[in-house]
Amino acid sequence: MDINDILQIIVAPTTAAFALAAIGLNFHYGLTGLFNMGQAGFMLIGMYGYAITVSQGGSMWLGILISLVGAVLFALFLGWPTLRLRGDYLAIVTIAAAEMVRLIGRSQWLKEWTGGNTGLRGNQFKPPFENLSPFQPPRIVESGPFSFHTTTWWLMLVAWIAVAVTAGLFWRLSKSPWGRVLKGIREDEDAVRSLGKSVYSLKMQALIIGGVLGAAGGVVWAHGNAVQPDSMGRVTTFWIWTMLLLGGAATVLGPILGSVLFWAMFVFIKQLAPLILPDLPPQQIEPLALAFVGVGLILLIVFRPQGILGDKREISLDA
Amino acid sequence: MPDMKPNLFANVEAKPGSAKPDPIIVADGITRQFGGLTAVDVDHFEVQRHAITALIGPNGAGKSTFFNLLTGFDSANTGTGTFNDMKLDGMSSANVARAGMVRTFQLTKALNRMSVIENMRLGAQHQSGENVFTAMLAPLWRKREDEVTAQAEELLDRFQLLDKQDDYAGSLSGGQRKLLEMARALMSKPSMIMLDEPMAGVNPALTESLLDHIVALKDEGMTVLFVEHDMHMVRRISDWVVVMAQGKIIAEGDPHAVMANPAVQDAYLGSHHDTDLFEERA
Repeated sequence: MDINDILQIIVAPTTAAFALAAIGLNFHYGLTGLFNMGQAGFMLIGMYGYAITVSQGGSMWLGILISLVGAVLFALFLGWPTLRLRGDYLAIVTIAAAEMVRLIGRSQWLKEWTGGNTGLRGNQFKPPFENLSPFQPPRIVESGPFSFHTTTWWLMLVAWIAVAVTAGLFWRLSKSPWGRVLKGIREDEDAVRSLGKSVYSLKMQALIIGGVLGAAGGVVWAHGNAVQPDSMGRVTTFWIWTMLLLGGAATVLGPILGSVLFWAMFVFIKQLAPLILPDLPPQQIEPLALAFVGVGLILLIVFRPQGILGDKREISLDA
Repeated sequence: MPDMKPNLFANVEAKPGSAKPDPIIVADGITRQFGGLTAVDVDHFEVQRHAITALIGPNGAGKSTFFNLLTGFDSANTGTGTFNDMKLDGMSSANVARAGMVRTFQLTKALNRMSVIENMRLGAQHQSGENVFTAMLAPLWRKREDEVTAQAEELLDRFQLLDKQDDYAGSLSGGQRKLLEMARALMSKPSMIMLDEPMAGVNPALTESLLDHIVALKDEGMTVLFVEHDMHMVRRISDWVVVMAQGKIIAEGDPHAVMANPAVQDAYLGSHHDTDLFEERA
């Protein structure tokens, strides 16, 4: 077992990417009570918007702009018909829409831009960002237990700054009068309406902000890996939910802690499995690790429904 | 001059849809159908300003539906209405509340997973921090927040909930939640408050203070319209009673006259509401 692998995943860009997406989901569910079951779709919108723009010759900034605007439009598209209805409808529509994005992405129809089911290779969209790296020349740099390429150090720096800024934004907004109205909506929409607040508009704002953060997570993820539609399926959305609920919904640091623990646990089980079950074929290790994540989620709901940092009086799954 | 308030209803005819000297609400030709059922069918309806009006009637009479129509929680199939000379047609429930007509609910809607003081603050209007962009800059809304908090504490004190301000609303008793809901509605300084069964589920000890609070609202210049089944309460505090049955207004008048009205007894109170059940059998 290599403890360094676990330490590396804790700070990896992937963990930061999922922390961003989980903070986005925290705006949806933790703050507003919206059941967004398609956060992976927002991540896909983000990574496609960014990677296609850059690979077609657009600048990095234009790529970021397009991916975020894409998320805003996607949120409007999903929220417009569903936010006036009961919460279940948003869940149905988002889960289907996220799959639509993935299936369109992997279809051969738009292969010229999306790369079809093979996606886009890193060198098609990563260079503009990597060229901005202050860590030159490119090489492997070791620091304590961490050993990464300079481009990864640069990406991690930017990604974790983004996570910190976003967590700060969540803290500020959740403790503002705006956040208070959203918490009221989470409890009872009609009560909030009777007090003269525009519930529909506020729910839409929360959906947009959370979706934009999902897209930002998608951009970071694409930089840490590559654009691959099937890496963001339905299961990914449930991972993000697990992270949020594990850390504690409606808390500032919950989604970050959740993402870190989720990935650390995932790598830990992947390392432990071959030691305990030496006959296990390698391709079954990852599914086994995911099965344990599922068991973990069940235990969480039974024994600590409010998550690690959550306040049971404010939000919990069993109520 | 005698130190008595003039009777606002001195010259008002006691008949369905009668005109009031200074109406705050005027509604005409309001109908609401659910499939083939006509839940509300009101020709003309006025509510007198600065008075307490009770809306009574049997279950299924359409009182709550009518309430929902007036407050924008439901839209009528036909008809027009005004509140303070403002057109109510097509107005959203949030806009009705902002215009100064705030309601409470039959099933109390205290926000249980928020603290009492946060519930109260939520009731305030004109808080620029409820805009997502200004919310990010605390100095822009901090001052208003302090004002709102002071107002909330004052109201909580009046409703004897001040020592509970940091508790979650869910930990309050049913009656306290009713009080909280009413206090929260007052945060917006409304000109009219609509109470949907304010006494339902409230224990007798609290009933008295709730009644006093409602009368105090009138003394402060507010208009009150309430739905209630408790005839004792209706008789005690209302200036005017409107009776609905099967979607229509069947009678109006001062409490004592209305309760003596044979049509009202037939439709609602029952013709033998004074007689003892066992006497009847014997």
